[in-house]
Amino acid sequence: MQHTLSVLVENKSGVLARVAGLFSGRGFNIQSLTVCQTEDEAMSRMTIVVNGDDAVLEQVSKQLNKLIDVIKVHDLHPNTFVETQLILVNVNCSSKERSEILQIVDIFNGKIVDVTSKSIIFEATGSGEKIESLVNLLSPFGIREMARTGSVALHKGLQ
Amino acid sequence: MGMTGAEVIVDALIKEDVKAVFGYPGGAVIDIFDCLYDSPINFYLVRHEQAAAHAADGYAKATGKPGVCLATSGPGATNLVTGIATANMDSIPMVAITGQVPAAMIGNDAFQEVDITGITRPITKHNYLVKDVNDLPVIMKEAFYIASTGRPGPVLIDVPKNVQQQRTNVTYPDSVKIRGYQPTYQGHAKQIEKIAEAIKKAKRPLIYAGGGVLISGGSEELLKLVEKTRIPVTTTLMGLGCFPETHPLSLKMLGMHGSKYANFAVMECDLLISIGARFDDRITGKISEFAPHAKIIHIDIDPSAISKNVTVHVPVVGDARQVLADLNKIVEQGDVHAWVDTIAAWKKEHPLSYSDEGDIIKPQYVVEKIYEVTQGDAIITTEVGQNQMWAAQFYKYTVPRQFLSSGGLGTMGYGFPAAIGAQIAFPHKTVFDIAGDGSIQMNIQELATAVTYKLPVNIAILNNNYLGMVRQWQELFYGKRYSGTCLARDKTCPKKCDVPGTQCPTEIPDFVKVAEGYSAVGMRITKKADVEPALREAIKTKNVVVMDFVVSREENVFPMVPANASLKQMISGIS
Repeated sequence: MQHTLSVLVENKSGVLARVAGLFSGRGFNIQSLTVCQTEDEAMSRMTIVVNGDDAVLEQVSKQLNKLIDVIKVHDLHPNTFVETQLILVNVNCSSKERSEILQIVDIFNGKIVDVTSKSIIFEATGSGEKIESLVNLLSPFGIREMARTGSVALHKGLQ
Repeated sequence: MGMTGAEVIVDALIKEDVKAVFGYPGGAVIDIFDCLYDSPINFYLVRHEQAAAHAADGYAKATGKPGVCLATSGPGATNLVTGIATANMDSIPMVAITGQVPAAMIGNDAFQEVDITGITRPITKHNYLVKDVNDLPVIMKEAFYIASTGRPGPVLIDVPKNVQQQRTNVTYPDSVKIRGYQPTYQGHAKQIEKIAEAIKKAKRPLIYAGGGVLISGGSEELLKLVEKTRIPVTTTLMGLGCFPETHPLSLKMLGMHGSKYANFAVMECDLLISIGARFDDRITGKISEFAPHAKIIHIDIDPSAISKNVTVHVPVVGDARQVLADLNKIVEQGDVHAWVDTIAAWKKEHPLSYSDEGDIIKPQYVVEKIYEVTQGDAIITTEVGQNQMWAAQFYKYTVPRQFLSSGGLGTMGYGFPAAIGAQIAFPHKTVFDIAGDGSIQMNIQELATAVTYKLPVNIAILNNNYLGMVRQWQELFYGKRYSGTCLARDKTCPKKCDVPGTQCPTEIPDFVKVAEGYSAVGMRITKKADVEPALREAIKTKNVVVMDFVVSREENVFPMVPANASLKQMISGIS
């Protein structure tokens, strides 16, 4: 089962290595990890997506809590949080194909960030599923390069 | 003006009431050594940095105060690694200080540079690379706080040379506040009530006590609990001494080489109360068959230890001593008379034993005699392997912090430096390192340390010319193929040999000569009748004594539960 952990940590060098090391040292595989400073510059929030049964996740959360630089660990329950990902895609795009591609981009609320005579780069955000189907739709045109973030997530409402 | 980084470090050691520092100098720590020269702190120069970490470990385990070790950058730091990992596995409070190349050179593959915070990240409770001298006072304070609170552990501070030389006006803080670190000491009252209820209802309760009882200083509360409830107690290796083994309700150690009656009790109990222990594989054997009839209560200060290996029915996060004290206020005895009788019968029927072979020295006999001669009052350290298990089985531990051994990591070479640390902490106590002829050679250079500081440590080598525990596994599970385990073996031996005999080459080294080479006292004991007189002479001697007990070569440690087998499947051997 997939779990999304929202982890508040000290914004210090070496913290990412501690968290990543904890996962690798215990053989837990990270699906995605995103990290950035929060509204308080002394803290960062990591959003970590991992697969594992509940017992494994309980152990992961406890181990994370044990790290001195980890301030708070939240295992986000389904339907109680919002989540989004960002993708940048560079797609082959001849003038013939341009309108078709723009249509797809439009459906996905994407934004064009660069256009050349042969290619187009745009960005889109959304759930993992949405990003996945966008990639599927674009593949036939030939994806030259893409960069994608992991999930960022926040608990809904007040806690 | 302020203080230099090096002065901050030494000042912090004084403020933290550190009496002993174990270490080895080098280019990247000269500034710290320069400050130590004028300080009231006793510095102990070891002969290998690994021994500095083990000595700090032994000092910490014997006193309960953080042990401190100090080494230079690069190889000095990496030599500490085994000692730090050992302390980490056994929850030993330790502060390790390493020098580092100047900050500007970090990452340049400078001379004696190594990323020691990277290397020790998974084997420390926490570590620091100090980049700014102004952070150093807070880091020193935090390090001692983190090392010695909650579930204790080693903390490493890596200090670049330029930081040691720079000045700061920041003063040493009185207290620390770390928002991500607030250990829970007080157990939840509702959970403690549940324990009391379970005890009242149980017919066959058993306490399984570990190192956490010793660390928390909870031994008296444990004894009180047992006196109130008459629940028998078995301990882990790390818990030896937390409950007097001379008590009628003591079942000694459980697990792979535990007593039969302790393992019987685990298999039959209907309530298992684990206090400051972590259900290690050497304790549980096959986990699915561990304590099959029991409701399990787990008291531990480390939430991650709970429900890690077994499903726990009543978890209590808290300090063992505090939880026991709270429990003792409300607990009542259940109906345990029949159970106590059963256990007494098991103890009578299946004592720990070994067969006597006339004049030949049995290793177990040596340990029994050490117990007698020291009247149970010595600090015993061990190496790792058969010597460690015999030391655990045949000495009777009655007081906390009396038994020092590398339990979690199983580090050969631990016992002698740990004995040095313990002897420094308690100059008037008799200290014995019970060793094997393999393990002792892993830190034998420390004879120089012990002799120069006039530490009268006694080393009892149970010399069987084998790496005995591995040989035992080879005998029992690998068709007696003694691959790589014979220490007497030389080029003249046949390629395969499973029969030690009188034709074997002379053992290397001659431990008596080694001892004498270091100006210690060496003795070789080959007859049973000479064991006791030798021990009596050793404890009277004001010098380090190396006793080379030539013991029966293929003696095994029994009982034994094969790895990953159920505790039911104990091998008794001949005993």
